[in-house]
Amino acid sequence: MILLDDFLIRAALAGIGVALAAAPLGCFVVWRRMAYFGDATAHASILGVALALSFDVSVFAGVLATALAMATTVSALAGRGYAMDTLLGVLAHSSLAFGLVAVSFLQGVRIDLMAYLFGDILAVGRADLAVIWGGAALVLGLLWWRWSALLTATLNPDLAYAAGIDPRREQMVLTIALALVVAVAIKVVGVLLIAAMLLIPAAAARPFAATPERMAVIAALLGMLAAVGGLQLAFALDTPAGPSIVCLAAALFAASSLTGLLLQRRRG
Amino acid sequence: MSSLISLDGLTVAHGGNTVLSGVSLSIAPGEIVTVVGPNGSGKSTLLRSVIGAQKPARGRIMRAPGLRIGYVPQKLHIDPTLPLTVRRFLSLPARVSDAWAAEALEQAGAGNLAARQMSGLSGGQFQRVLLARALLCDPQLLILDEATQGLDQPGSAAFYQRIEKVRQDLGCAVLMVSHELHVVMAASDRVICLNGHVCCEGAPEQVASAPEYRALFGTGTQGALALYRHEHNHSHDHDCARGHGHQHEAAE
Repeated sequence: MILLDDFLIRAALAGIGVALAAAPLGCFVVWRRMAYFGDATAHASILGVALALSFDVSVFAGVLATALAMATTVSALAGRGYAMDTLLGVLAHSSLAFGLVAVSFLQGVRIDLMAYLFGDILAVGRADLAVIWGGAALVLGLLWWRWSALLTATLNPDLAYAAGIDPRREQMVLTIALALVVAVAIKVVGVLLIAAMLLIPAAAARPFAATPERMAVIAALLGMLAAVGGLQLAFALDTPAGPSIVCLAAALFAASSLTGLLLQRRRG
Repeated sequence: MSSLISLDGLTVAHGGNTVLSGVSLSIAPGEIVTVVGPNGSGKSTLLRSVIGAQKPARGRIMRAPGLRIGYVPQKLHIDPTLPLTVRRFLSLPARVSDAWAAEALEQAGAGNLAARQMSGLSGGQFQRVLLARALLCDPQLLILDEATQGLDQPGSAAFYQRIEKVRQDLGCAVLMVSHELHVVMAASDRVICLNGHVCCEGAPEQVASAPEYRALFGTGTQGALALYRHEHNHSHDHDCARGHGHQHEAAE
């Protein structure tokens, strides 16, 4: 580890920050079957990148704003004549397309599109780290604060109403948390792979968890393992860092699924 | 004592279809009130309005101040990706002590289930756990929406006996929706016959002999079968036949 240069330490810290926030949120994404919702929000953020660069505001702010706009648009349009997956497909891919076109209009600014599509974790600076950890802390705080209400609303909206919880408000909390995670993760894994950081650790944690809390904690641990291990893999094999992190997460998922199957068979 | 909850001219619409119109009723402490009615008659909508999940288009819902409601939903699908023990489920949304949880489980006849996963329970066990959860808040009003759906006849009979026992122990009022007329007639203090509006209400014997009820459900033991034939011979058809077909999807 002594050989780790400063930029690698920053990269590892960035990856850990994103994994910490993404994994517990990812559990809700899995439980509520919002996988495509996460994908759509992430894809929309490339439009945010283009807008941020053309209006000369921070990429974080631009991405946060478009991700939020996207997520609220989807929530508002849901149940008005189109099936959710159709709606998400239309919005996700059209906003990605509009984003890519908008980026091509940007003159004078040469931006590396690949860095936003696949992430550029090795270029994370101190300021980026502050944004990532600040955003992650905010997401974790939100989830911590609303945890019981979120879980109740996830189980059943009517059960939530009967307990005095408004499930629409909880949906909004998740939407905001999702936008935050997308905004902080774009630098680390890029828009195309953000959904992977949400879903894969949560899915890998499922066979080992008996309660929702344990699933969230195990998911966070697996996510951090994937982030740090993936970075080392990328360093050793000279592969792109973001995709390497996701590959390791996928390997963890495969191992966990197999173990889960074996455990199940042994039990009976 | 004044009523726990009262509805005054409640009208509810789903996307332009009026599901309930001008429903007025009130529930006194400790009484068991059952709502019966054909599919699409707005029974579930009525209960959802009472718990606050459905905004009325017109009319008012008045709850006694600080009213504690225990709600047992019609069905609860728990996604298999969500790990949840019975014990953890009972602490949602408010944490309860182990002793309190154990007592509620015992009361609901689910005493030995605390450590089990929710997704691994049978239909009857699941309903008893839902009942236990509803009892945790020491409810003044217990609301059950077709709680015995999917249970066989002995199972549902046992469940309703348990409800009566709970009512005796806790002194709570019970508002429930049921398809099982024979059970309802035995277990309720008051029956409300609903079909978009209140057709008739009163003591079970009174309701059973009311012409409106007979028009909906037929007479005697054939009642349950008549549920599915009501639309063609229902005497209120002039009032609410319009849009019936659409209401069916909307209200359930």
